[in-house]
Amino acid sequence: FQGFAQYSVLFYGYYNNQRTIGWLKFRMPLSYFLVGVGTIGYSFMIVIRTMARNANEEGGGDDTSFNFSWKMFTSWDYLIGNPETADNKFASITTSFKEAIVEEQESRKEENIHLTRFLRVLANFLALCTLAGSGYLIFFVVRRSQKFALEGLENYGWWERNEVNMVMSLLGMFCPTLFDVISSLENYHPRIALRWQLGRIFALFLGNLYTFIIALMDEINLKASYLPLFTIFNIYQGKDLEEEKIVKYNMTIWEASLYNGTIPENSTAPPIHVDPADVPRGPCWETMVGQEFVRLTVSDTMTTYITILIGDFLRAVFVRFFNYCWCWDLEYGFPSYSEFDISGNVLGLIFNQGMIWMGSFYAPCLPAINVFRLHTSMYLQCWAVMCCNVPQERVFKASRSNNFYMAMLLFILFLSTLPAVYTIVSIPPSFDCGPFSGKTRMFEVISETLEHDFPSWFGKVFGYASNPGLILPFILLMVLSIYYLNATSKSYKEANLELKKKLQSVRNR
Amino acid sequence: NKQTIFTPEQLDAYQDCTFFTRKEILRLFYRYRDLAPQLVPLDYTDKPDVTLPYELIGSMPELKDNPFRQRIAEVFSEDGDGNMTLDDFLDMFSVLSEMAPRDLKAYYAFKIYDFNNDDYICKSDLEKTVNKLTRNELTPEEVSLVCEKVIYEADLDNDGKLSLEDFQHMIIRAPDFLSTFHIRI
Repeated sequence: FQGFAQYSVLFYGYYNNQRTIGWLKFRMPLSYFLVGVGTIGYSFMIVIRTMARNANEEGGGDDTSFNFSWKMFTSWDYLIGNPETADNKFASITTSFKEAIVEEQESRKEENIHLTRFLRVLANFLALCTLAGSGYLIFFVVRRSQKFALEGLENYGWWERNEVNMVMSLLGMFCPTLFDVISSLENYHPRIALRWQLGRIFALFLGNLYTFIIALMDEINLKASYLPLFTIFNIYQGKDLEEEKIVKYNMTIWEASLYNGTIPENSTAPPIHVDPADVPRGPCWETMVGQEFVRLTVSDTMTTYITILIGDFLRAVFVRFFNYCWCWDLEYGFPSYSEFDISGNVLGLIFNQGMIWMGSFYAPCLPAINVFRLHTSMYLQCWAVMCCNVPQERVFKASRSNNFYMAMLLFILFLSTLPAVYTIVSIPPSFDCGPFSGKTRMFEVISETLEHDFPSWFGKVFGYASNPGLILPFILLMVLSIYYLNATSKSYKEANLELKKKLQSVRNR
Repeated sequence: NKQTIFTPEQLDAYQDCTFFTRKEILRLFYRYRDLAPQLVPLDYTDKPDVTLPYELIGSMPELKDNPFRQRIAEVFSEDGDGNMTLDDFLDMFSVLSEMAPRDLKAYYAFKIYDFNNDDYICKSDLEKTVNKLTRNELTPEEVSLVCEKVIYEADLDNDGKLSLEDFQHMIIRAPDFLSTFHIRI
């Protein structure tokens, strides 16, 4: 993505900093800024609205008093006129019955509470140990790589050069399986077990990242060794979330480089219209960041496809064809066909979205690229699932946990907007490129607009409104109202439950 | 407006008894006739006694994939064996159309799921229903569990089987009943 694409619409650097463009006086910098902020705000609102709607449905549609009866008498759709649809319908009805039966049996089972509790505590302890172990391993490996870097990279072989990357990828591959094994101790309902699994994998990735960043903290101060570190960064084309934080780091390091040294060349802004690629520009860290994100997305896509092909397809082929000449039955024992991994796929989607949110401020066309990638990967995975995966043994409806996934998405959205907000508020934009060049801070475009374009009383009102004395009581009011609403909703839920119990007892009389 | 199949009185009577309009009744007549053109005359003014065997009814595209088609035909046919006259045919599609009210549909649904015609849905009826719905893929223990749960949930008078009142009380509250118990023709 160097070269021509660098100067295209794809990236931040294309937009110049004229206040208005063309005869419509389209305020380019303002619009860029507002579009960025607006997209993020809109995303927040959508996620929260979906969560509220899901919460509503779960509360209202929870009427389980005629569960089995309705399944029996209203599940067949009399409008079906096509044999394939009929087959699918039969299969889905069977699955639905089996799921309901499993839930019923779960609720009837009597458990040995103490043993279960002990096992669960033990499982959590093991999971914590794994997390701590992986964090320490990363810390250790990063320190070692710094040592290598100081001694010059040429002295070591491929493993030492890519050690950190490989270690992080391997951890990302093996720890989730380990968590899976641990969770068999816990004996939860599959839906709850899935949530624990997701939570642990999430914690694993976050923990790895933070350990990585902390281990590198010292490096920021020692600007001298910044260059070999940057080369190391460039080699990291590995997995998911690590990249996010690495790039966030990238930005901070680039800022350091700007302060450190390179004074941008004198860029003449010729009055004649020149092809953007020819205009000499100063170094443009935003474009670098944008490129990094696009590279990240592409490499993530490739990794996913290759993992599917190798992990699922080759494995299925191997099991199918070598079953005849192998000692033990491959299909039942190890390795057998792979199950459809719900947690891995959901996490992949959520992290991918986080990357897009982070990168879209710097590379405006990133969402478009991602839409394309999502389309292709959907078809590929659809084929892979049909052809190589088997369903899980215990049947359950993963879509009932909608709110949980939405909550994770919300958290990731919040995390991904932090770097962008940080850069808007505290890092000066590049000298020469992008819509905000020349200003000390990006959000000054708003104050400029306020000064020039709106009547003066507006500016005064704004000045009064942003007085801290007014904002603090407002925040306090919001906190109090959140607390109040939470309390009332809890009491309503309890009242609801009481009424249902009464209804049940009246019917059983 | 000129049609020679029915007398005007007959058409009015059909319009009163079913939820269909004139046009729909005529269209349904032609569908009925298409099942066996040699058996069904084009002139119904003298009320001919024509019955189509169940095999022809059960092979209609709207019914052929339905696991309960035999019961549906039996419930609506005069002789109880699934052989339907034109009146039965119109009656059946009228009840199953979207214009029929919920109570009427519940009544006929009860009759359809009552396999042994004893005015109660007992455990054996439930077992047959489940097996038809899952094409015998559940184990006998699972089938038994499901049937017991259904009786536990819906049986209000505690006689171990579902009467019409029990069934109606349960099905009226179902959110999907109207949309699934519906055939469009």
